[in-house]
Amino acid sequence: MKQVRILEIKQSVYADNDRQAELLRQELREKGVFLLNLMSSPGSGKTTTLMKTIEALKDKLQIGVMEADIDSDVDARTISESGAKVIQLHTGGMCHLDAEMTRQGLDGLQTEGIELAILENVGNLVCPAEFDTGASKNAMILSVPEGDDKPLKYPLMFSICDVVLINKIDVLPYFDFDMEKCREYIHMRNPRAKIIPVCARTGEGIQEWADWLEEEVRKWREA
Amino acid sequence: MHELGVVFHIMDSLEKVAAENEVEGISKVVLELGEVSTVIESYLQNCWKWAAKKRELFSEAELVVEILPAVTYCEGCEKTYSTVEHGKICPYCHSPDTWLLQGSEFNIKEIEVY
Repeated sequence: MKQVRILEIKQSVYADNDRQAELLRQELREKGVFLLNLMSSPGSGKTTTLMKTIEALKDKLQIGVMEADIDSDVDARTISESGAKVIQLHTGGMCHLDAEMTRQGLDGLQTEGIELAILENVGNLVCPAEFDTGASKNAMILSVPEGDDKPLKYPLMFSICDVVLINKIDVLPYFDFDMEKCREYIHMRNPRAKIIPVCARTGEGIQEWADWLEEEVRKWREA
Repeated sequence: MHELGVVFHIMDSLEKVAAENEVEGISKVVLELGEVSTVIESYLQNCWKWAAKKRELFSEAELVVEILPAVTYCEGCEKTYSTVEHGKICPYCHSPDTWLLQGSEFNIKEIEVY
C-alpha cells in the first residue's frame, strides 16, 4: 500500500503569479521601462484609442506595444502603421496574460530604449483583473454602448484600475448612458480612479488622457 | 470563464511543491473557493479532469473543492450578512457602505501525496 501524507499549502492560487509580477515590476524599474496594462471588453476601442495615444505621445516618449490576442495579428498590423514598435502575442486560447507571459512579451519586444511599454490585454473584464502583469499602472476602457452599470457587474476590474477611459462619447445622445451615474458607480468601487471621457474616433479628450499618462511616466521615473 | 488557465496555474505551483518535497504522485488536491470568486466549480472540475490526464503527477489526483460562503460587513450598523442574498446594500440599515469580509478567496488548502 502506498504511504500517503498530507502537505498543507495554504496559499492563494494567484500567489505564484503575484510574486512573479512583483519581480518583473522591480526589473522594469531598473531598466526604466514604464509598463501600462490596458484592459477592456472586446470592441470597446482599445486599438483605436492606442493609435491616438501613440500619435499624441510619439514625439515625447519612445513607445513599444504588445498586442495580446487569442489569435490573429490584425491589431498588431494596425498599430504598426503608427510607427511604434509592436509585437503580437498569442495566448493560445487563454483569456488573460499573466506575469510570465508578459515577461516573454517584453523579451520579444526588446525594451532597450523604450520608455513606455503598453500591453493591450485580451478583451475581457474578468480574468485580466485577477492576474497581475507586473504593470506600473493599470488602465481600462469602458465604451458608452456597454452601459453605465458595468462597474457594478465587474467590480474587481474597476477596483484595480488607476484610470478609466470612457470611450465613444460621440454616441452618448443615442444611448441611455448616464455619465454621472457611471462616475458614481466607479468611485463606489474605487475612490482613487481617475476618469477621463474620450472619443478615440474624433480625438476628443485624448489630449487630457495623453497628458495624464505622460505625467504618470514622469512621476514614476522621478520616484 | 478562465478555469482552464487557473487549473494550469495550480498544477504549475503544485509541481514545484512536489519537487521540493520528494513527492511521487498526488492523490488529492483540496481547494478553498469563495462563493463570489468568479470561478465556477463544475467548470473547474471538468478542466481539472482534462488537464490531469496530460500531467503524470496528477493522473490519479482527485480534486476536492470546499466552498467558502460570501459574507459582507456593514460599516453602518456593524452587522454581517450573506452577500449572495443581499448584495452591496445592507439589509438591516440599508447602508451602501459595506465591504466583502469573505467570499473572494481562491486558495490551495492542502494536498494528499505519496
